[in-house]
Amino acid sequence: MSDSLQRTPLYDLNLELGAKMVPFAGFEMPIQFPAGLMAEHLHTREKAGLFDVSHMGQIRIAAKSGDVKDAAAALETLVPADYVGLAAGRQRYGLLTNEDGGILDDLMVANMGHDLLVVVNAGCKVQDADRIEKALSDRCVVTRQFDRGLMALQGPAAEAALAPLCPAVKDMRFMDVIETELATATGPVKVTVSRSGYTGEDGFEIGCAGADSEKVARTILAQPDVLPIGLGARDSLRLEAGLCLYGNDIDVTTTPVEASLGWAIQKARREGGSREGGYPGAEVVLKQTRDGVSRKRVGLLAEGRAPVRAGAKLFADAEGQKEIGVVTSGAFGPSVKAPVAMGYVASDHAALDTPVFAELRGKYVPLHVRAMPFVAPGFKR
Amino acid sequence: MTTYYTKSHEWIRIDGEQATVGITTHASEELGELVFVEAKDEGTEVAAGDAAAVVESVKAASDIYAPVAGTLAGFNEALSDDPTLVGRDAEGEGWIFRMTVSNPDDLKGLLTAEQYKSL
Repeated sequence: MSDSLQRTPLYDLNLELGAKMVPFAGFEMPIQFPAGLMAEHLHTREKAGLFDVSHMGQIRIAAKSGDVKDAAAALETLVPADYVGLAAGRQRYGLLTNEDGGILDDLMVANMGHDLLVVVNAGCKVQDADRIEKALSDRCVVTRQFDRGLMALQGPAAEAALAPLCPAVKDMRFMDVIETELATATGPVKVTVSRSGYTGEDGFEIGCAGADSEKVARTILAQPDVLPIGLGARDSLRLEAGLCLYGNDIDVTTTPVEASLGWAIQKARREGGSREGGYPGAEVVLKQTRDGVSRKRVGLLAEGRAPVRAGAKLFADAEGQKEIGVVTSGAFGPSVKAPVAMGYVASDHAALDTPVFAELRGKYVPLHVRAMPFVAPGFKR
Repeated sequence: MTTYYTKSHEWIRIDGEQATVGITTHASEELGELVFVEAKDEGTEVAAGDAAAVVESVKAASDIYAPVAGTLAGFNEALSDDPTLVGRDAEGEGWIFRMTVSNPDDLKGLLTAEQYKSL
């Protein structure tokens, strides 16, 4: 594999566990382990899976004033979410927008009490950090923590696996964030833990120093019911959960409104809110929220068993006469036991249960617009 | 019965006038558990290297090529109900389609079992 690819702190462990490695967003990442994608997916839904997501970027933003609210207000100039109103110890999803209202990246922002912890996508992390630093440097200190480790422990058995090592997690609810210690055989390790993830299941994301990552991962993997899971199952899990993959389902050509992510813009940032607009592309997003959009991201379920993949064109009719959109993610859903997909369709075809047809090897296969997620969420609210 | 192999990991088993085609055990292991298999319609004429069927895992679709020129002569319908049959017995019950071979001399250009193994 190319020397130019980066490695996560869990690279050696991934190899030891028998991972098949592939290039992803500039990193050598495990696509699957010996159990295989299907088994890894189902194990995560039934027990618990540990994912190496250290390729993602962790960024800390501290206000020079020392008040985390000032850092939150500064970040609101780049992201149309309510971070000033985000309580300490809580995390919230957000979108970095450009001047046209297009999505530069999606991210998680946690109020750590004294500063903000931001987690961004691997492929965008340098560009995101540059943008945040440039816009906020007069008011904030922006620190890239790209050498840190990050792993996700996901599934209904996640709490039972983590709580013996890290008792504080028992009291966390969905989207809580804490700084705590995780017990290992050679002593406690400092970690950040959020009760969140990218699978639709209950679970945690655990950040730690790069040098501690392997020890933390080995300790968690030694717990009952925990298996290592690759990026392949991560993709089918997030798709069943109706969650966007940046670069597939959202990018600079899609706006939050088109992407059906209006819920990521809280009341305070909407029209008539106390901090309406004030982010790049706000006039576009506010206008689209008011007047509607010509296309929308929707969930799609196929009638047959043939998976419909990203890039498949969508039509209003079974003859392929009227093109109305495109699939942006598609796979066979191991838990749904049927092909699942999401994509963009013309707004007049976006209502639930609307029939659409996907072009597949010269044929037109029937699908319906369906509600997402495709599986019931397992979050502990 | 003689079985030949291709560099693209198909096998073709010749039994008189009829040939049966599938993917090798090695290819099946690489693909992982299959969720869907489909072949082109019976009667379709194919050239060597034409996509004659498709096998899909959770993640990706892979074309299965006709090892030699001929005419498709039927799909393994058991795979419609249970595509995982390929993973359990790729070179037996998990065959994918049957075909007639236009020119039996074409088979000489394929790999023997020994040659395929040494790839």
